[in-house]
Amino acid sequence: MALLEVENLQTHFRTPGGINRAVDGVSFHVNEGETLAIVGESGCGKSVTSMSLMRLVPEPPGRIAGRIRFAGKDLLKLSDREMRAIRGNDISMIFQEPMTSLNPVLTVGRQIRETLMIHQGLDKQAAETHAIEMLTLVGIPEPKRRVREYPHQLSGGMRQRVMIAIALACNPKLLIADEPTTALDVTIQAQILKLMLDLKRRVGAAIILITHDLGVVAEIAERVMVMYAGRKVEEAPVAELFRSPRHPYTQGLLGAVPRLGSSLAGTATRLAEIPGQVPDLRKPITGCVFAGRCALATDLCRQYAPGLEEKGPRHIAACHYAAKGAVAA
Amino acid sequence: MLSYILRRIVATLPVMAIVALFVFSLLYIAPGDPAVVIAGDQASPEDVERIRQSLGLDRPFLIQFGSWVWRILHGDLGTSIFTNLPVSAMIGQRLGPTLSLMIVTLLLTIVVAVPLGVVAAWKAGSLIDRVIMGFAVFGFSLPVFVVGYMLAYVFALELEWLPVQGYTPLAQGFWPWLENLILPAVALGCVYIALVARITRAAMLEVLQQDYIRTAKAKGLGQGGILFIHALKNASVPIVTVIGIGIALLIGGAVVTESVFAIPGLGRLTIDAILRRDYPVIQGIVLLFSFVYVLVNLMIDVTYTLVDPRIRY
Repeated sequence: MALLEVENLQTHFRTPGGINRAVDGVSFHVNEGETLAIVGESGCGKSVTSMSLMRLVPEPPGRIAGRIRFAGKDLLKLSDREMRAIRGNDISMIFQEPMTSLNPVLTVGRQIRETLMIHQGLDKQAAETHAIEMLTLVGIPEPKRRVREYPHQLSGGMRQRVMIAIALACNPKLLIADEPTTALDVTIQAQILKLMLDLKRRVGAAIILITHDLGVVAEIAERVMVMYAGRKVEEAPVAELFRSPRHPYTQGLLGAVPRLGSSLAGTATRLAEIPGQVPDLRKPITGCVFAGRCALATDLCRQYAPGLEEKGPRHIAACHYAAKGAVAA
Repeated sequence: MLSYILRRIVATLPVMAIVALFVFSLLYIAPGDPAVVIAGDQASPEDVERIRQSLGLDRPFLIQFGSWVWRILHGDLGTSIFTNLPVSAMIGQRLGPTLSLMIVTLLLTIVVAVPLGVVAAWKAGSLIDRVIMGFAVFGFSLPVFVVGYMLAYVFALELEWLPVQGYTPLAQGFWPWLENLILPAVALGCVYIALVARITRAAMLEVLQQDYIRTAKAKGLGQGGILFIHALKNASVPIVTVIGIGIALLIGGAVVTESVFAIPGLGRLTIDAILRRDYPVIQGIVLLFSFVYVLVNLMIDVTYTLVDPRIRY
């Protein structure tokens, strides 16, 4: 059953240069306990999408339209108070920068306690006990000491564990992780990902993982949605997407991943890059959003925007030329 | 922490010594001969010379300075030339009203200015923000005596809500004491409130952009908790600094305010002493104010460590 259903999400920002259509008509869903990855390059609207789900986009200058159904409620119709009761409780978030996402002048314990006291109505003592349990759960040694420490006394990896502890403290149904491992070094990345997966299984939360790291996607996601210039261009189960990407942009993304050891094996080739730049989102785009950078683009692409079409089992893509089956690349 | 405070107190000694040297030099820099002033119009040159000798004014500068410092270290600030009373006793008498005025003004400022600044930053660019900042500019531009007379006219003479002037010691009851201090504190606090509100707004604006504020929102915190706990504590270093620096403003403003509201405090004593060229009194007061200021600075530094755990000494 779908836990979250997003229909025609449009998040626009009023800027001096015109209206920036950061997210322009995106629809997707997340099932209970499922992990959906949203991938795309910087500025494709993946972070704005996640912020819109939590209604954390500043309004004005932002404006969110469409429908976000979560557990039967339309989040865009809730009052601020009702929305606050959902944030950090039913839906919680982990951010990219563990170094700056924790409040530097409050103790780690206080920052975990806070959500428990607001949402679960625990008193300070009970919340403290629970906070220590959460720190143990996310694998922080000496939790009783750490709970009284400040963020600057912890390493980046530890801080991200604390963020995860905060996010999972109230057993959320949906966890949104916005590039949770990007700022960490590789060994810590693997630990944090494993931790997220373990906890997800234990708590039964669904995850929306926002990333541009396809390695991370392959590791933990079940389904992938590819975004480009504020729109969804392709969506498929993870294995299907990696095996037969249909949209030329997705193919480009996969081609741009370096293969470890290829230079030693003598198979090194120049990394494929996607030429050109993301279109200016403040100007109306006619035709396919990717046409300006696509090697296959024709006049058809430049004039008519392709709709999302079924290209394979549970696999949709928005491309005139991505045939059912393999694409002529 | 304690050793830091001790070290800081020791470090203030050279500062105080330099201040003392300046204060003492006043006597030499300022025009007019105190011996002549004390002797009065009718005195003969012999009288003046006798007075000069009795005050030690004929001895070399450094010796005078040395014996002056020596006496101060023993708690003796000298004797007023005009009233012949010990300076420390005169200051002691006047300390209560001034200290009361400063404390009430300080509390009023913190209670009014900080929330105003926080709200202005939260609603940055809105009408509320513009009104608050407009008042801040207004408060900044009006001299203490203008505000003082306006307040006295409206609230004391016309509405008769509060006394026009005077001072009642705290020993005679809290309300009589406070009643007399409200108008002076508002008059004196105007500039101070404007300053603190502006700095609070600026500091808050920066903090509200930070990632951890987004985290606090994502946790489902209400606006109040975000502003006054997560943001204000982070913004408090510049705010504490400007509140401390503002105490110097208060000392200067107190002199004028006390005149307007006829409060028998140190400000009035200062003016009287200056008009009479009562050097021992002037020196005593300036020395006291400098000491208070050095102490306030120390308190600011200690407060930093309380609000921001990253600051350690």
